[in-house]
Amino acid sequence: MWNYSAKVLELFYNPINQGVIEEPVEPECAVARGEVGSIACGDALRLHLKIHRAEDRILDAKFQTFGCTSAIASSSALTEMVKGLTLDEALAITNRDIAEYLGGLPQQKMHCSVMGQEALEKAIYNYRGMALPHHEEDEGSLVCTCFGVSEERIRKVVRENQLTTAEQVMSYVKAGGGCGSCLSAIDDILAAVNAPKPITNLQKIERIQSILNDLRPYLQEDGGDVELVDVEGDRVLVQLKGACGSCSSSLITVKEVIEERLRRQVLSSLTVEAV
Amino acid sequence: MTIYLDNNATTRVDERVFSEMVPFLTAFYGNPSSMHSFGGQVAKAIQTAREQVADLIGALPSEVVFTSCGTEGNNTAIRSALATQGDRKHIITTQVEHACVLNLCKALEKQGYRVTYLSVDRNGMLDLMELEAALTGDTAIVSTMYANNETGVIFPVEQIGALAKSYGALFHVDAVQAVGKIPINLQNSSIDFLTLSGHKFHAPKGVGALFVRKGVRLRPHLIGGHQERNRRGGTENVAGIVGLGQAALLAQQNLPQMQSVQALRDYLETAILRTIPDTVVNGQGSPRLPNTTNIGFKYIEGEAILLLLDREGICASSGSACTSDSLEPSHVLRAMGLPYSVLHGSIRFSLSRFTTREEVDRLLEVMPRIVSQLRSLSPFSSDDGEWLQERTSALVTA
Repeated sequence: MWNYSAKVLELFYNPINQGVIEEPVEPECAVARGEVGSIACGDALRLHLKIHRAEDRILDAKFQTFGCTSAIASSSALTEMVKGLTLDEALAITNRDIAEYLGGLPQQKMHCSVMGQEALEKAIYNYRGMALPHHEEDEGSLVCTCFGVSEERIRKVVRENQLTTAEQVMSYVKAGGGCGSCLSAIDDILAAVNAPKPITNLQKIERIQSILNDLRPYLQEDGGDVELVDVEGDRVLVQLKGACGSCSSSLITVKEVIEERLRRQVLSSLTVEAV
Repeated sequence: MTIYLDNNATTRVDERVFSEMVPFLTAFYGNPSSMHSFGGQVAKAIQTAREQVADLIGALPSEVVFTSCGTEGNNTAIRSALATQGDRKHIITTQVEHACVLNLCKALEKQGYRVTYLSVDRNGMLDLMELEAALTGDTAIVSTMYANNETGVIFPVEQIGALAKSYGALFHVDAVQAVGKIPINLQNSSIDFLTLSGHKFHAPKGVGALFVRKGVRLRPHLIGGHQERNRRGGTENVAGIVGLGQAALLAQQNLPQMQSVQALRDYLETAILRTIPDTVVNGQGSPRLPNTTNIGFKYIEGEAILLLLDREGICASSGSACTSDSLEPSHVLRAMGLPYSVLHGSIRFSLSRFTTREEVDRLLEVMPRIVSQLRSLSPFSSDDGEWLQERTSALVTA
């Protein structure tokens, strides 16, 4: 049995804001709707927002959900969270915010919170008459055809939740949970999103210099010092000064202290040489 | 008060089973292999249990090998059939088997064996023509269920076995769900191996048996001492085996009572179909176990139904994707080609001889309310609608 939080169970047993917002509404207001999921996926949410046109503010929210306990609780939570917010404030809500409001969700159920966030985004973009930033219907960009998940959507959830494995991606957006043929594509996306950003030569030199500056006081305590001479590709040329210049353990200092630190904090391919 | 309608998952231990077991957890703790009478009396109890299990399935006592569970029986039979027929590299099974057979077959495929997974129709039934077309002189074993755990659909095992024999293949039957619920007689049967598990018919968990027809070679799965006539190493789970024997005796005595279990199941099924719209019984067109019904409640999701039932103290299970780690709904219902609107909202109720009419009435009292509560939340109420178009390409069975 799933380990649901008390808040999830409370909102499942007694959901708040279930239903639809009937039209017409007051002339100063409009109704926006966002729909995500499908009966094939096993969960679907239709979100209804009543928006005050002049204030750009959500006055009321209702939901209709097909899905499990946590899908229903996530939908209900979302409607509570967005009431009273401006549309821009509502757009800033992430799936993590929904999960936190619920006191956490089991990892395998995180996709329920993603569904809430996406329905909200869809409703607001529909209201504004704008295209969504990502088009799930665009078959060309679909990574998971079983659940209709685009590359952009996977990238987004990986970035926002700092995901590192395909299994986590599956828990959040279901991608890879069907036939599994896209799992290696998901691995590639994870690698691309999580890859360290390449740094420029100038940034590299600046970081090396700043780390050497951090190390210098320790060497100075022993009457020595170190100075950066040059950086040629991955070769870092340093000059050991004072007591270090004649110390028999200076080679160890260079390799085990300076090089290890630079590899860890700047680039793993760096080598340090004393000149 | 708990209303337990999940007897295909496991059953309560019958009190008479428990009381038979107790002495072997207390006073009679001897090792049945020992050369003293203190252990010898325990060996006698095991022999009695072996006779009781053999009687239930119409086998000889020497054809019964005690195991720890259904998974062990299935693994032993399939692996042994391959090991004893080294020149045959083909396995035939079905798409609706238990995970312990399907995952074993997937592992064997990686080792170079070829596996055919037979399909089933909308009613969960096999096509014997498909089986015949798949059989070759290379087929080492045909392994199918006797009855399906999710739908209760019963396969025509003797016809399957006759076809397997005509190609010289061994025939294994996973009868974990069938034993104790329907009469089984292996005396003039085409079945070479048959797996059973105690906890499905009121014995405790952790004990089962594998029937191995006299003359059929068996390579032990657990290699050890001379227990079970060298067919299954490891000191016997004496209390469990004694319990299994007593449960087999009681199951045999109570077999006629399965008719009233079936009447209760039919009452449950009919009442739900009558009182709740948009419901279907999965596998209804096939012969089924007397205790099992699998009902699809359209437009709502199974896990949510189970939680609301749980709050009423009612235990059932669902093939819904959300009840598993996998995100995919039941492989059995998918293999049957059921629409998604039914798949996700399917609930299995499985009864036992301990299920009462009052318990079923309580279910019938709460079920309409639970379904309408969830349907009032659902955006779906019919099979048409623009944005709920089913993705037909999705979730194809592997």
